[in-house]
Amino acid sequence: MYIIESGNVAAALGVRLCRANVIAAYPITPQTPVTERLSEYIEEGSMKAEYVPVESEHSALAVCIAASSTGARTFTATSANGLLYMHEQIHWAAGARLPLVMCVVNRAVGAPWNIWNDHQDSISQRDTGWIQMYCCDHQQILDSVIKAYWLAEKVSAPIMVCYDGFILSHTYMPFEVPQQEKVDAFLPPFRPDYALNPEEPASLNTVTLPDVRIDVHGELAHGYMEIRYLLQEELRTSLAVAAEAEKRFAEIFGRGGDPYIEPYRCDDADHIAVGLGSLTYQLRVSVDALRKEGIKVGVMGIRFYRPFPDAAIANALKGKKGVIVFEKALSYGYEGALASDLKSALYEHLAGTGHLPLVQNFIAGIGGREIRTDDLTQTLRAATQSRIAKEPTWIGLKL
Amino acid sequence: MQAKTTILSLPTEEFVHPGTRACTGCGLAIAYRVGLKALGKNTILVVPPSCLTVLQGLFPVASTKLPCLNVTFASTAAAATGVLATLKSQGKTNIQVAAWAGDGGTSDIGLQALSGAAERGENFIYLCYDNEGYMNTGVQRSGTTPIGAITANTPFKGKLQQKKDVPAIMAAHHLSYVATCSAAYPLDLYDKIIRCKDMPGTKYFHIHIPCPPGWGYDPRYGIKVGRLAVETGYYDLYEIVNGEFKLTAASEKLVEKRKLVPVREYFRAQSRFKILTDEQIADIQNQIDAKWAAYYKKDE
Repeated sequence: MYIIESGNVAAALGVRLCRANVIAAYPITPQTPVTERLSEYIEEGSMKAEYVPVESEHSALAVCIAASSTGARTFTATSANGLLYMHEQIHWAAGARLPLVMCVVNRAVGAPWNIWNDHQDSISQRDTGWIQMYCCDHQQILDSVIKAYWLAEKVSAPIMVCYDGFILSHTYMPFEVPQQEKVDAFLPPFRPDYALNPEEPASLNTVTLPDVRIDVHGELAHGYMEIRYLLQEELRTSLAVAAEAEKRFAEIFGRGGDPYIEPYRCDDADHIAVGLGSLTYQLRVSVDALRKEGIKVGVMGIRFYRPFPDAAIANALKGKKGVIVFEKALSYGYEGALASDLKSALYEHLAGTGHLPLVQNFIAGIGGREIRTDDLTQTLRAATQSRIAKEPTWIGLKL
Repeated sequence: MQAKTTILSLPTEEFVHPGTRACTGCGLAIAYRVGLKALGKNTILVVPPSCLTVLQGLFPVASTKLPCLNVTFASTAAAATGVLATLKSQGKTNIQVAAWAGDGGTSDIGLQALSGAAERGENFIYLCYDNEGYMNTGVQRSGTTPIGAITANTPFKGKLQQKKDVPAIMAAHHLSYVATCSAAYPLDLYDKIIRCKDMPGTKYFHIHIPCPPGWGYDPRYGIKVGRLAVETGYYDLYEIVNGEFKLTAASEKLVEKRKLVPVREYFRAQSRFKILTDEQIADIQNQIDAKWAAYYKKDE
């Protein structure tokens, strides 16, 4: 069934279809409509779940961590400073290998206060051990939530489904809401290897020493370092599992494509614009305009930011003259984190091949600054003619 | 009220293995051992970083026979909420959820989550074991360190502020049950846990825990020091059941006796109070006497 609704409602519908058992949330703009809608579903009886109106985001994730450890499928959503307030718990959830799914409705972080969209919040959580997916439209939000539960539970790692505040969260567009039976066929009930219960007592997340240690049965148990190594290994492996998720999803729902990247007019392009989220759809308009001028340019959205699909990205960019990275966040003191990651992937896979493209970095839309398509087109046009990589350039800056 | 438990009627089943990593003479080891007997086998525990994390052992060895979720410092009561929400969604109504946190984890960093859970009426037992400082990190002051106590970060002048009254804060959440206990009276703790188990919402316990390295006394005197705190009227054992305050156990008996041990004896039994002057002790004695005068008056 197709409906016209907001991006936040698309997320809430996805969570209901996935039959989450425990939802905990604390209000923050622009996330609030997701969890408000879920509380409506639960109170009206269209969803069977426990809704915990916690007193902070730190506690929201605490509830999800404990609920997941007890065997529940959980959900929470947040934005900006709420996400930052969770930071300790974000690391904890990944270390404890819990398959949480959380929507991050991307918003600029303070100071100064700003409620509008950029990506600094989720990008700053890059190194926590969570999988990060970015969405470009409402259908992707709903579909990503469903895929996220399957993937998270398959690889025992938490997932952030990130989408742009206001631009996607509060705008309305048509999208298909799949049938419950199809979602049930795709996503089996959550059956963790262990859930807290008195019949089978276990102590979770106890103090773990730097070195390995013999347990009471004489078996060698992991040290902290082994546990953390496995997190890294299994996150890297989860890229292949994400491809499996995409394939299964396409079989059941008849939608999908490349699990990692979303290329547009890239095949014959000399220059590729790269970005995350709705900005890459806006860039398609610029690409179309430049194509009319005979400039061979394409745009590639990155759907998985962590684990970083470095091989897929390098392969897609191999032999291109230039890569132009547009970002709504940056690693202050250097450049956009995506630009750095991209260069690293290109170097790793293409160094010495003679196919290393030039990488340029543009920062746009910080704190919700309007990104005019004309500006993007102009920037892209100029970038295709540039032969030097500079410091990241801010678009639309009025200094 | 049911019959009081004695050392002979206390269940023999143990939920804490012998040989924990607690310090010699640790008051928590006593309270925890007896507290778990009262909570029983059908319990899920939630524990933030604290002395208890150490007592419970290092991976892959655990000293507790109950399922236990170790959580971040500030999140104890919220984590208990998550366990409860799951049990509710699974239709499991017979499992007790109990959180054990230290005084820093309760009165300072964990207070927000605890207040939130209590206000929401989450149905679990929260036990704050109060050794009156951040003992696990090397004896720093906490919100419940008493005035005059020397700690690692109140090294010369002692703590200048009053102890935070956490049970009163929790009582202000309109809980069905708030109790104070002491490791020196473990059977009282046992009976109180049994009594409140079926009461609705959040139940709060504040347990005074003598700490040999933090308080500065020979480990063999832990029970003696704990009892002195009660017998001097310095630390009171009481219950607040649905808003009704009542002194209990040893403190109740003090009302009958109308006689308190001078508080000087409690202070002089520990090195952490060595900088308290006779004048300061007299001051504190006056405050205790005034508090007890009110108790006596209520009893008349």
